[in-house]
Amino acid sequence: MASGIQIRQMTKRFGDLVAVNAVDLDIDDGEVLCLLGPSGCGKTTTLRMVAGLEDVSEGEICIDGNRVNDISTPERNVAMAFQFYALYPSITVAENLSYPLHAEQISRAEIKARIASVADKLDLTEVLNRYPSQLAEGEKQRVAVGRAIIRKPSCFLFDEPLSRLDIELRQQMRTKVKEVLAGLSKPTVIVTHDQIEALTMADRIAVMRDGKIEQVATPHDIFAAPSNTFVAGFIGTPGMNLIPSVIEGVSERGELKLNIDGQHVVVDVNAGAMNLPVGAKVTLGVRPRFFETVAESSETTLSGKVDIIEPMGAETLFHVLDGTRELRVVMDRTVRFKEGETIHLEFQPKLTHVFDAQGSLVQ
Amino acid sequence: MRFFRKKQGIGKAGAGWSLFAGVVSLIYFFPVLWIILTAFKTRTDTLSIPPKFIFTPTFDNFIAVFYRSAASSQDAASTGFELYFFNSIFIAGTSVILALIIGTLASYGFSRHPLRGNDTYLFVILTTRMLPPIIAIIPIFLMFRLSGLSGTYIGIILLYTAFNLPFSIWMIKSFFDEISTDVEDAARMDGSRDRGVFFKICLPQVKAGLAATAVFALILTWNEFLFALLLTGTDTRTVPVQMARTLGGEIGVDWGLLAAIVTIFLIPVFAVTYMLQNHLLRGVTFGTVKK
Repeated sequence: MASGIQIRQMTKRFGDLVAVNAVDLDIDDGEVLCLLGPSGCGKTTTLRMVAGLEDVSEGEICIDGNRVNDISTPERNVAMAFQFYALYPSITVAENLSYPLHAEQISRAEIKARIASVADKLDLTEVLNRYPSQLAEGEKQRVAVGRAIIRKPSCFLFDEPLSRLDIELRQQMRTKVKEVLAGLSKPTVIVTHDQIEALTMADRIAVMRDGKIEQVATPHDIFAAPSNTFVAGFIGTPGMNLIPSVIEGVSERGELKLNIDGQHVVVDVNAGAMNLPVGAKVTLGVRPRFFETVAESSETTLSGKVDIIEPMGAETLFHVLDGTRELRVVMDRTVRFKEGETIHLEFQPKLTHVFDAQGSLVQ
Repeated sequence: MRFFRKKQGIGKAGAGWSLFAGVVSLIYFFPVLWIILTAFKTRTDTLSIPPKFIFTPTFDNFIAVFYRSAASSQDAASTGFELYFFNSIFIAGTSVILALIIGTLASYGFSRHPLRGNDTYLFVILTTRMLPPIIAIIPIFLMFRLSGLSGTYIGIILLYTAFNLPFSIWMIKSFFDEISTDVEDAARMDGSRDRGVFFKICLPQVKAGLAATAVFALILTWNEFLFALLLTGTDTRTVPVQMARTLGGEIGVDWGLLAAIVTIFLIPVFAVTYMLQNHLLRGVTFGTVKK
């Protein structure tokens, strides 16, 4: 029997609007998959369809090898933590935690033991007798997570689990949730719009846009090799520089000659880009941290004027104007430039991506 | 509920504003106070000019509500007022409870499972309250006569229930609209079926709204006169109708007696409102402050 979750060509329409468009996903037992994307990209709808809270317009969902499309939510045995926690306001924390257990046939002692164990894991022992309205934000969030992990469902779903917490609490909870997730032996899907959350917690990330999945890969791969300009721009802070350029040829050493806004620059990129025809319009993708500055302008440098300087602590973010375009360049804090100064940037070999006219990564 | 029991005594507003509020409250409360005072006055005190605020209280009026004092004989005849009070409580109570039950179910449906043309249905329901009762009374009177409902408990209870329903549906629906459906989804995820979701999760959250609706409906029904006058019989007559019949006497209006009836009449609504006051406050301010 197959295990985990298999989603095949899942589509959701609201009238004429296609909210989720032919999504294919496989999530294995014990794996954490993050659905990452901007607001309105269909990630929450995807999650709600897995939960059974939305009907599937087309395609199918299988959990543990069974097609669940026509199985109603209460019978689906899926646990979910909601973005706004959705705690039951009229009962205590302990009762909130044990609510999902009523559907299962287990003894009172077992229920007590499970509450104690979950409360212990999530530091909720102190507040078990309080009502949700008397809890701090972080506690509410932990109750919501606790209510999801107290039973033994076939999969776990988390909808923006940390979005309502302040930054400090979010960092603490990220570690806590990751710790809890590591102990789960069932597939877990987390929806988030926060890339740090996705990068830190997920085994794999699925980046969504306009109801479609743009790329599914490990956090490392999705950062190192974004499959298109959208993923490239979406992952990483500050965002990747996407520089429109025109191919002028290949140098003797096998480097790509480019025309970037009138500047002729030679860049060392992967071999695939060498096959592109001369005159092809491409987008050069460079992460802000993957520039080097050199003293003299040369055929391998791109020159620009420092515009705005934002110190970020250990590093400094420079906004560099190259003609009309703005480049984001991050340097160690020891590197000092003045506003208006002209600097020469060199691309680090092999850390520069080339995207074709359609925005797909050229490999 | 503890959030609404603020400390007693002079609050942040200061003594001046508190005094001002006191005076305004007294102005509003004065008619009620005057009626209650009158109930304890003798006939002479009632009619004395200038009006008396300090007098020797008497319970004669209250006794007179229930027993007609026959000057000649020892055995005082019952006026039957116990029955009228019972009728008022029974009829108003039953119809409010019915309206609440039906209204809750209907409004949950309207709120959570909208029909095609949901708003139209809601509007049609509301239109029944737009008719001035005086227009509806004649056809209803004829219908009641024809169907034999005239003068029966069931007739007037059905009528009052129908009377209270539009208001109850609209009001309770607004409470259901206000609460997050996430919580219901969560309950479904946790294995509750629709009935469990409704009773265990939804209802406790709109408790305050139900209380507020109940009080408003009760006051409306309790004070209703016109329909009661035409559609109740001697056995099912309510207090407002009997009160009107008491008005005309051979020796002019007996203000003391009337005031005593009103005072007793006040007690049930007052008690219910008092019991529900915490919910009521939450009910009428529901949704005005973002959660």
